[in-house]
Amino acid sequence: MTQLILFKDIDEPGLATLEVYQRRGGYEGMRKALGMSRDQLIAELEASGLRGRGGAGFSMGKKASFIPKGTMDKYLVCNADESEPGTFKDRELMQKCPHMLIEGMIIAAYAVGANRAFIYIRGEYELQAQILERALEEARGQGYIGEDILGSGHSMTLWLHRGAGAYICGEETALLDSLEGKRGNPRLKPPFPANQGLFQGPTLINNVETLATVPHIIRMGGEEYAKLGTPGSTGTKLVSVSGNVRNPGNFEIELGTPAREIIYGLAGGPHEGREVKFWFPGGSSSPVLLPKDLDLPYDFDSMAKAGSMLGSGAIIVIDDANSVVDVALKTAKFYRHESCGKCTPCREGTNWTVRMLERIDSGEATPMDLDIMASVQEQIIGNCLCVLGDAMAMPVGSMIAKFREEFEAHIEAARERNDALTTAVAPPEALIQGAVA
Amino acid sequence: MTIDPIDPRRVPRFDHGSRVPGWDEAVDLTKDPAEVPDPATTPVPDDLRAAIEAHIAKYPERRSATVPALREVQERYGWCTPEGIEQAACVLRLTPAYLISVATFYDMLETRPVGRNTIYVCTNISCSLCGADELYTTVRDEVGDDPEFNVRSFECLGACDIAPMASVNGTYVGPISLDEVPTLVQQVRDGAEPLPDKQLARRRSVDPNAASRS
Ligand SMILES: Cc1cc2nc3c(=O)[nH]c(=O)nc-3n(C[C@H](O)[C@H](O)[C@H](O)COP(=O)(O)O)c2cc1C
Ligand code: FES
Repeated sequence: MTQLILFKDIDEPGLATLEVYQRRGGYEGMRKALGMSRDQLIAELEASGLRGRGGAGFSMGKKASFIPKGTMDKYLVCNADESEPGTFKDRELMQKCPHMLIEGMIIAAYAVGANRAFIYIRGEYELQAQILERALEEARGQGYIGEDILGSGHSMTLWLHRGAGAYICGEETALLDSLEGKRGNPRLKPPFPANQGLFQGPTLINNVETLATVPHIIRMGGEEYAKLGTPGSTGTKLVSVSGNVRNPGNFEIELGTPAREIIYGLAGGPHEGREVKFWFPGGSSSPVLLPKDLDLPYDFDSMAKAGSMLGSGAIIVIDDANSVVDVALKTAKFYRHESCGKCTPCREGTNWTVRMLERIDSGEATPMDLDIMASVQEQIIGNCLCVLGDAMAMPVGSMIAKFREEFEAHIEAARERNDALTTAVAPPEALIQGAVA
Repeated sequence: MTIDPIDPRRVPRFDHGSRVPGWDEAVDLTKDPAEVPDPATTPVPDDLRAAIEAHIAKYPERRSATVPALREVQERYGWCTPEGIEQAACVLRLTPAYLISVATFYDMLETRPVGRNTIYVCTNISCSLCGADELYTTVRDEVGDDPEFNVRSFECLGACDIAPMASVNGTYVGPISLDEVPTLVQQVRDGAEPLPDKQLARRRSVDPNAASRS
């Protein structure tokens, strides 16, 4: 059985309160950390092999080590924007165990010498924001946040900042702009936030789950933590499984667990009489995988080798009752809506993709449109300030590549349907007008 | 100094959404844009000022409190009214135009009048695989043209485990079956808790390993 770390006591009544959390061993990691040197802490984090749980999977310890030493104002930001479709793990963690995140942030802030910290939570998470506010108040009352924390000489503030609904604000540099009170547009990198982030200061940004894991690493020791999971993907991971499964929800698994075990064993597999048609392994931004990939170990490297990514750890299962064209259209529409508009390939590319998929659906397309659409995806990838456009191009591109026959059949069927109705094709000026919208 | 609100519904648009050129020709381009409102002539309700100043105190720069301040304005007036924006701008020491430019970026900030009961129905991938599109149209039909409601289809709300779901005045509920919609809408009209048994706040972890321990 998987050794549970983050979800060990998750349904313990009152776990959201400081009292119950401490009774369950909470804040021990913080006490231990405050007695260690900063270099020791970063060494433990590096030894743990912990990779970021927000999407990119970059080593947490390494990122922390990039923060320059010195006495300038440094910042720690927790990315609790969680808006990648299919992802809802941070929500459960913050709602049921907010102190675990706070403890992790105190340790991380101490390790990099950050004196100001923020949690950027998506605006829609009302309940979770209330719970976090209460927990922060408790932690301040105990002197865990404030001046000279437990006599360590380290001082910090920690505030909750609520967003107002924008997927792009999960992208780390857009998040920083949003936190500075601007529209959430991504910034050119470099400089990376570790050098020049919030208010131009060195900034460490990590996901909720990444930071919540930190106290456990300090408590267990980095090397001990690294024994869990696989060598390239250490530890446990919260996986959000949703879509066409019987038992959707969050599960804590050891990285490297076969995907089949997660989808069928834990989430109950598809409904009676249905089969898995394809699945997103890491949120809607990850290229889709097929049933033949179900026996792959679920970890960062195996997903990358299969041409996809582990992303935020959100598995969306689509069964054989659904059309791939519908899913592609839903996916593309989401990214069109959320594109901030700063970079042309993303702003226009997402729009064009939606329009072409709509043409496929309405029977105005030809199979050649599939090639054009594939080339639009290629033009987006790598040509923007952030990867929001890529995050549409990769899954949509993978759906076209893997289900080309179905797309072609769909085009054919829609055209035949139109012919049967003898509906006139839209007049050219309407098409042109539509295209410039 | 007041700002004339432009009712967006009066802006003529093509079918595909673009504005018809010239729609704004009546704007007086010789007029200077509004400046940072003068505190002496801009009355700001005390509690609103206190709330915004409490936000400002959290950050090294005042401007960071922009979105929290707009949320306060919306909470108070139901949407980001020109009057509210001017008051927030006065406290933040920013121009109203700047605040409007920020407000229009974020989905949850309303820049035109809306009903006070907000229902966001998630219609993203996981929810739509579980029937969210039907749910959305059913909710819309049930609400009809009741001006007290603001029903919107929304992107993934981070609760795909209770798909299809909706955020009802900020409370997450799901899975919602179509025949529960009349009850749900009635509860909102009555100011009652929406579908109490279906609220996310009460949902236990489904992880069998976690459940076996507690
Ligand atoms: C469009 C876009 C959206 C993102 N959304 C999120 C998000 O909601 N939550 C998150 O933690 N990371 C998100 N990320 C990843 C962040 O940019 C960043 O890599 C992450 O917060 C780093 O934390 P980690 O190293 O702990 O994973 C997003 C990235 C992109 C490009
Ligand atoms: S898809 Fe509806 S909450 Fe995620």
